[in-house]
Amino acid sequence: MKNVEIQRNAYYDSVTLMLVTRDIKSIIGIESATICMGTEHNKQLLNTIGLLTEECKSCSPNDLIIALDGTSQAIDEAQKLIKSGFDKKKQLSKSEYKYNSLKKAIEYNDKANLVLISVAGEFAEHEAQIALKAGKHVMLFSDNMNIEQEIRLKNIAKERQLLMMGPDCGTAIINGRSFGFANKIHSGNVGIVGASGTGIQEVTTLIDKLGCGITQAIGTGGRDLTKEIGGITMEMGIDALAADPKTKVIVLISKPPHPDVAKKIISKAKEVDKPFVINFLGEMKEKSDNVEYASTFDQTAMKACHMVSEEGGMKSDFYGIPDILDTEFTPQQKYLRALYTGGTLCYEVMLLADGEISEMYSNIPIKSVFKLDDSYISKGNAFIDLGDDIFTRGKPHPIIEPEVRNNRIVQESKDPEVAVILMDFILGYGAHKDPVGSCLPYILEAKKNNPNLCFVASVTGTKQDPQDLDRQTELLIDNGVILASCNAQAAQLAISIVKEITR
Amino acid sequence: MSNINKLFNSEMSVINVGLESFASTLKEQGVTVVNVDWKPHIFGSNQVLAMCEEILLSPFYKKIIEANQTVVEKMMSAQPTIVSIGKAIDVVPGMRENLFLHAGPPIDWNRMSGPLKGGIIGGILYEKLAPDPEKAEQLASSGKISFEPCHHHNCVGPMAGIITPNMPVWVIKNDTHNNYAYATLNEGLGKVLRYGAYSEEVINRLNWMEETLAPILSKVLEEYGPIELKPIIAQALQMGDEGHNRNRAGTSLIIRTIAPHIIQIETENKDKVDVLNFINSNDHFFLNLTMAASKATMDAVMGIEYTSLVGIMARNGTDFGIKLSCMPEQWFVAPAEQVRGLLFPPYTAKDANPDIGDSVITETAGIGGFAMASAPAIVQFVGGTTDDAIKCSMDMYDITITENNTYKIPIFNFRGTPTGVDLLKVIDTGILPNINTGIAHKTPGIGMVGAGLVKPPLKCFEEALIAFYNKYKSCL
Repeated sequence: MKNVEIQRNAYYDSVTLMLVTRDIKSIIGIESATICMGTEHNKQLLNTIGLLTEECKSCSPNDLIIALDGTSQAIDEAQKLIKSGFDKKKQLSKSEYKYNSLKKAIEYNDKANLVLISVAGEFAEHEAQIALKAGKHVMLFSDNMNIEQEIRLKNIAKERQLLMMGPDCGTAIINGRSFGFANKIHSGNVGIVGASGTGIQEVTTLIDKLGCGITQAIGTGGRDLTKEIGGITMEMGIDALAADPKTKVIVLISKPPHPDVAKKIISKAKEVDKPFVINFLGEMKEKSDNVEYASTFDQTAMKACHMVSEEGGMKSDFYGIPDILDTEFTPQQKYLRALYTGGTLCYEVMLLADGEISEMYSNIPIKSVFKLDDSYISKGNAFIDLGDDIFTRGKPHPIIEPEVRNNRIVQESKDPEVAVILMDFILGYGAHKDPVGSCLPYILEAKKNNPNLCFVASVTGTKQDPQDLDRQTELLIDNGVILASCNAQAAQLAISIVKEITR
Repeated sequence: MSNINKLFNSEMSVINVGLESFASTLKEQGVTVVNVDWKPHIFGSNQVLAMCEEILLSPFYKKIIEANQTVVEKMMSAQPTIVSIGKAIDVVPGMRENLFLHAGPPIDWNRMSGPLKGGIIGGILYEKLAPDPEKAEQLASSGKISFEPCHHHNCVGPMAGIITPNMPVWVIKNDTHNNYAYATLNEGLGKVLRYGAYSEEVINRLNWMEETLAPILSKVLEEYGPIELKPIIAQALQMGDEGHNRNRAGTSLIIRTIAPHIIQIETENKDKVDVLNFINSNDHFFLNLTMAASKATMDAVMGIEYTSLVGIMARNGTDFGIKLSCMPEQWFVAPAEQVRGLLFPPYTAKDANPDIGDSVITETAGIGGFAMASAPAIVQFVGGTTDDAIKCSMDMYDITITENNTYKIPIFNFRGTPTGVDLLKVIDTGILPNINTGIAHKTPGIGMVGAGLVKPPLKCFEEALIAFYNKYKSCL
């Protein structure tokens, strides 16, 4: 049907009219739409499309003609849209100018001191080189870069004494500001250099919980301590923290380095006149000169705090032992399924489980753990890093979007042999806004599938983080999840439960 | 103090390249952050990028920079002035019977788009070379009429840009460098020759322009002297014009300048009234003058050795062509793009003709789309915001040699417009010039169907770079 409306003395400029017309035309059910002022030219136009009514003929150029042809429903919708189109106030522009290239951004921002790069790997080296050659420090979040690229970048950085954090560096805290995925940590006297993001997150949050604080947390990227790279960034980080008057204790974190590189780093540490805590996720070693070792992240944090002050590391909250519910297990139940969003935390669990339980499988196996044939299907005591490439291709990381772990929880609950499900919850900048809350429905569904399931978890975060740590922990406790004070303790609990069952 | 320790003792100031969420998190923490709107380079991993890099890194680049400086100084010292109105065949160099000039690079009749063909048919009827459109078309395709680019004769024409021997043209002199440029008088809006219309109405109007409009304006110029265009354009830019798609202020200023003189010309009152009404009802009357002024400016800098300046950009509705100043004979041509914009109802994208007209000479000279920040009203044509208008101009600073000393943009604190398209910067940054333009219906005779933004094809610049590289290879 045709519908022609006139608004007398309602002037709108041609561009506004064109914009509104365009929106109207996209409504389903509208055959044609002409919204125009009553000029001779426009009246002729309306005539050719059969919408020139008597009323239109008498219009002046100051009158608005709204001529629609379509279903009555569509015409209703159109009229509403037209009204709102004219009433709408243009949003106040609050956007700032975005530069077309890094070169231009550097040219116009000479006070900039750090460039944060997260473009696709194949393009990232070019950008990082521009930044370094312009004298800027770099944090390179991008991954999928080869080792030659990393060597080139770190050598340029070394030459110019600039920070080259990455590739594949997702966590750093510089001057109290969190970069990438990192928590809000009190400032204090512990400086950290780490080749693992979640490792840095666990240690820094525990230091905070213990009542101490940090100066800087420098990320090196996951491959820094391989033979090829040789620890270039970690060495530069050590030098900087050694020269930093606020840093009194230095912590080094990494998955096991190449033995030659480990030796080099430890020798370097011994040349510094400050105490070190080293956690290379490997064998514990005896204290030697100014260097102490730790095999778990909580130990790392405790030792570091203790080095700062005699009373450090003694905050009582931290040592609380959670209530273990009297869960009754069925005869079938015997396995642990560790479902993790933080890769290094998963690694820590496997380290603790090694030698304690058997039939261990993982998608990122170490030591006596076997490789899973299919990462999507658990077997035996399984340790799953859900942030691994195989799960994150084309999808966001589970720290940001926990869907893949949530579904896996329900999947595991359908396996009658599963006794314990172990999880990490990571808070902080960049993480999901409610990690526990979004997981809860899945935990509850899992419990419905198997009421004898035992859940153990830890929360990596501080009271200053955006996600409200207290609420996150409350939600877990209120819903029958055993809450440990840190990842290592959670792992130890879960492992001892399984050991107990299978005795 | 080492650089890293310096960082520990400084205020953080970050440049974010990639995911915007990282920047927002930093902003939440009070860190100063700017974002790079990162995209993969549009010239890809082409040999063209490598050639450009080689030129930029060679010592020869200094010579190019020197030449570029000379060139933009010459551009900015130009003084385009309206000196008279004449008949094309009398004043346009090389104009002769049976020669029609058109917009854009050279093109054969059978490749021409609708508006261009329509304009030629109209031109034939106006020149009384055929009695009706059918015979006019036959004549056009017969080869008896030659078609050459306006640019080859120091002329420019908007849209189809048809100039026939008997048409009156503005005569613009570049007082500083003594070269001339020519353009027709703008016919008005709607059904006009430049959009390919050739009805009786169109021909009658062209006749009136020849018999009444041109003589009166010519007399005004004779009796009251030449009119300098630069001051008018400069003022217009500060009144919401950009000189290509928005000419309302310029038109208002020129009518103000000449109206008192028109009144005083000894001739029929009716004619004077018609002339004033004609100019008054056409917001783009001033366009042909901004174009001719730009052409006069650019022609003075064609043929300068070593410069990487792009001296001409033009389209004929089928092809887009550019010329480098250092290679004034050669066109670099590729298929013209479709304009992205808003269309008047009831037209849709399939009605639109590809990009057409010599009016892009305005951008070439540093106004038009390059001055879009002075004309936010235009940006709505792509459904954009004032911020888009600003970005449109800001981006152009990345690809031009200098900032204009006369044409200023108020919102940038009166910063000069980006002036002098630099071929090497275009390739290096991957940013193509922004052009503001009208959209013609592809069928001749219908007219303007909308307006919007368009860019030249990549290929023109790629081929120009390869030619430039080959020309100066021995100097690298």
